[in-house]
Amino acid sequence: MGKDILFEIGLEELPARFIDDAEKQLRTKTKQWFEENRISYQRITSYSTPRRLAVLIEQAVEEQETVEEEVKGPSLKVAQTEDGAWSKAAVGFTKGQGMTVDDIYTKEVKGVSYIYVKKRIDGKKTKELLPAFKEIIEGIQFGKNMRWSTESLRYARPIRWLVALYGEEIIPFEIASVPTDRITYGHRFLGKKVSLNNPKDYENVMEKQYVIVNAEDRKKRILDSIRELEINHDVVIPVDDSLLHEVCNLVEYPTAFVGSFDERFLNLPEEVLITSMKEHQRYFPVKTKEGQLLPKFIGVRNGNDKKLDTVVKGNEKVLRARLSDAEFFFEEDLKKPIDYYVERLEKVVFQEKLGTYMEKVKRVQSIAVQTASLINQESCFLQKTERAAMISKFDLMTNMVQEFTELQGIIGEKYAAIYGEEDDIAASIREHYMPINANGKLPDTMLGSILSVADKMDTVVGCISVGLIPTGSQDPYGLRRQATGILRILEENNWDISLETILEIALQQYQDNKYIENTEDVKKSLHEFFQQRATFILREKQIEQDVIHAVLDKEIGLFNYAEEKALLLSQKRHDSDFKRTQEALVRVLNIAKKTEETEVDTDYLQTESERALFRSYLEAKENYDEGKREKNANKALQALTELTEPIHAFFDHNMVMAEDENLKRNRLALLNRIAKLTNDFANLSIIEWKQHQ
Amino acid sequence: MNIQQMILTLQDYWSKHNCILVQAYDVEKGAGTMSPMTLLRSLGPEPWNVAYVEPSRRPADGRYGENPNRLYQHHQFQVIMKPSPDNIQELYLNSLKELGIDPLEHDIRFVEDNWENPTLGAAGLGWEVWLDGMEITQFTYFQQIGGLEANPVAVELTYGIERLASYIQDKENVFDLDWNEQFTYRDIFYQPEYEHSKYTFEESDTEMLFQLFRMYEKEAERTMEKGLVFPAYDYVLKCSHTFNLLDARGVISVTERTGYISRIRNLARKIAKAYVKERERLGFPMLKKEDQ
Repeated sequence: MGKDILFEIGLEELPARFIDDAEKQLRTKTKQWFEENRISYQRITSYSTPRRLAVLIEQAVEEQETVEEEVKGPSLKVAQTEDGAWSKAAVGFTKGQGMTVDDIYTKEVKGVSYIYVKKRIDGKKTKELLPAFKEIIEGIQFGKNMRWSTESLRYARPIRWLVALYGEEIIPFEIASVPTDRITYGHRFLGKKVSLNNPKDYENVMEKQYVIVNAEDRKKRILDSIRELEINHDVVIPVDDSLLHEVCNLVEYPTAFVGSFDERFLNLPEEVLITSMKEHQRYFPVKTKEGQLLPKFIGVRNGNDKKLDTVVKGNEKVLRARLSDAEFFFEEDLKKPIDYYVERLEKVVFQEKLGTYMEKVKRVQSIAVQTASLINQESCFLQKTERAAMISKFDLMTNMVQEFTELQGIIGEKYAAIYGEEDDIAASIREHYMPINANGKLPDTMLGSILSVADKMDTVVGCISVGLIPTGSQDPYGLRRQATGILRILEENNWDISLETILEIALQQYQDNKYIENTEDVKKSLHEFFQQRATFILREKQIEQDVIHAVLDKEIGLFNYAEEKALLLSQKRHDSDFKRTQEALVRVLNIAKKTEETEVDTDYLQTESERALFRSYLEAKENYDEGKREKNANKALQALTELTEPIHAFFDHNMVMAEDENLKRNRLALLNRIAKLTNDFANLSIIEWKQHQ
Repeated sequence: MNIQQMILTLQDYWSKHNCILVQAYDVEKGAGTMSPMTLLRSLGPEPWNVAYVEPSRRPADGRYGENPNRLYQHHQFQVIMKPSPDNIQELYLNSLKELGIDPLEHDIRFVEDNWENPTLGAAGLGWEVWLDGMEITQFTYFQQIGGLEANPVAVELTYGIERLASYIQDKENVFDLDWNEQFTYRDIFYQPEYEHSKYTFEESDTEMLFQLFRMYEKEAERTMEKGLVFPAYDYVLKCSHTFNLLDARGVISVTERTGYISRIRNLARKIAKAYVKERERLGFPMLKKEDQ
């Protein structure tokens, strides 16, 4: 009884990276549109290729559903006159809804009666509604839009044709001067222009025109032919999912082929070969069963197998030229010593206000060495750190990295090893870029970890100091990722150094930089920035916001100790045994806000409970410090817990705000010392306690 | 097909599709886009269809004639159509057929590539066209030129002549290409490639070049104030080439570098504005021509 509907947007080649998302948007928005318009259907299927986005709606009903809408009017009190007749307000309301007072009924809402009418909204013909679907097509969002010719529409690429069919009829509308029609176009070279008579034929008609409109089918075809080549050539072709995805979105009719290159190129670093194949040419590398790279590659042609040998030959020629270039760079690069490249770092700006790469390397060197010495590394390690930092960026100056920018660090490690640098120094050049994304792998070696922290801290501190603070989605220097990286490395390694100490060392490197204005403001921004990143990490471990804030309030300190404290407090907030302790400590925190005093004069400790609290405090302080040193959150909190009863006794027997100024000051000082000790653990006053009796 | 025949074929093809054929512009430049026939004429509402060969100088790419792919000077075949025709992709693909490239026997793809030239305040969206995996053409819809919105939008096709020829003639080394039946690329261009490389990297008088840069810059400012857009633009091109020579020689420090680029960009922006204003003052004559 229903009819099938098809929309197809014909485009000039869409960027591969936009296609999946655009298809998904089209599907979701279509679904929404039909639901909002109360047109039921049986099924929605979406399609995409580089040249088209399409959606098929099967068995859509021919008329919108008719509905009754309940409209609320004034309260019954207002709607009726004293004698029980309908008031002017009631009459006006019904008129306004196109009804009469006869349609009124009443309903109670929160004890008050209101008048209501039921309005019937007749369903319109689906056919009349469909031209408005135009908005859905225009509303697809792309990462980057353009204009063309004299059109004002902004879209990913120019629209060249539109198919809009309701059964066998054309749904009339126009976008960017392109009117809808039943005409579509097949594969650019193999296919023809065709007229679609029935929406349901779409997939089959297009296949005859050498277009596989279903992206999953296309992907499967590619994968199947890769598997076939694997068997025929007795090789292994590791299929990188994102590459498969991209290749699938570069073709309408895929045909895979094998090409080869000269064996001598296998002497190049493997990453260079793989990058040339995958990133530059979108080929799949080929390996032996043992995982050795073979001088072969798999390409995917957008077409059939006619004259496939010409295509293979052409692709081989391009790869040969690329690899010859790489070979030339490799040989030329290694003719010069490593110091040549290090010196050249003076010629490249890291960031306008933060100086050259040479200056950066020197700062990183200083941060790394100081950090290493603070975590008790021996002098031979410090020497290694110094060297590793100095050569950490040298590869940026090589021809190879300038050509293959994505290989920064990787080429550094390879070359450094060839130059005869020690293994862990060479590895640290690669590792200091890690983690390369928020959840990426962390450096394996101690040296790599220290260098990574130093390099990232320098960037974060430098950028934030000169006002380059990330906002919204804008984070061009990747500061969020780098700050998260620092925290994750600190967490992983459990070094005995606080985040603030490293931050302070990094900040010192910039003390002569004229672009940094007020150090106190900078420190505040940095504290907030790292607090946000730390919060983000702890939130992922299911720790709640208020507990995190309480723990990070003063500083981040040793990050895993902070994490341990947060985990402990997350338990305590539900633990009714802790209630009496938290009440005592929070009461102290609140009163201590009123004072700066910390000098306790034992002569003014008048009452027994006062003296007892002071004695308990001194004992608690000792235990607390010990717990902190041992990074034992349990022990530290236990020390504070011991103060519970003395605090309660103190409040029971003493007036803090005594009339005698000396007594008052002394009592505030005592409480303030306890408050400082408590705050060192966490600001308990911002936790929302959840013990239920 | 030799290079000469390729050029003749492309010229013939595009002239049949309403392009004005002009000759290479006589001021040194790094790309066909920088010719005033593209950069200035793409601005404003007037229709404009043009095709030309542009020898393009990239001093830093000079390799003394020893590299099989890199050149101090290469050739671009440039097509500009404003407003961009609806069938521009078909027009382009047919031009490849004219060059003997049958799409059914090859793999031709349009791979996303967005173009940007910050020095000229210009940006566009489009593709690099791949022929069996090799980039042979840059295909760009201009969105912004000299800091101004492109409206209507012009489309730019830049064929890399040497690239295309090396495919058509199946040669690995650019110097082995046949220019015509008698002479190779080496016969014609080897000596200038060597000498220009030597000059650029070893012999240029940097003091003189710095002085020239300042003089050209001043002259560009001065002529522009007089409303003389085209002469002013010539001096901007001269600034740009002089800067490229200095840069290739490695005598411009990193901090200075950004400064020079922004000086050229500011000039280019001013000229773009002045050009549109001048055309407006003239009543956009080519717009009227189209109406007749």
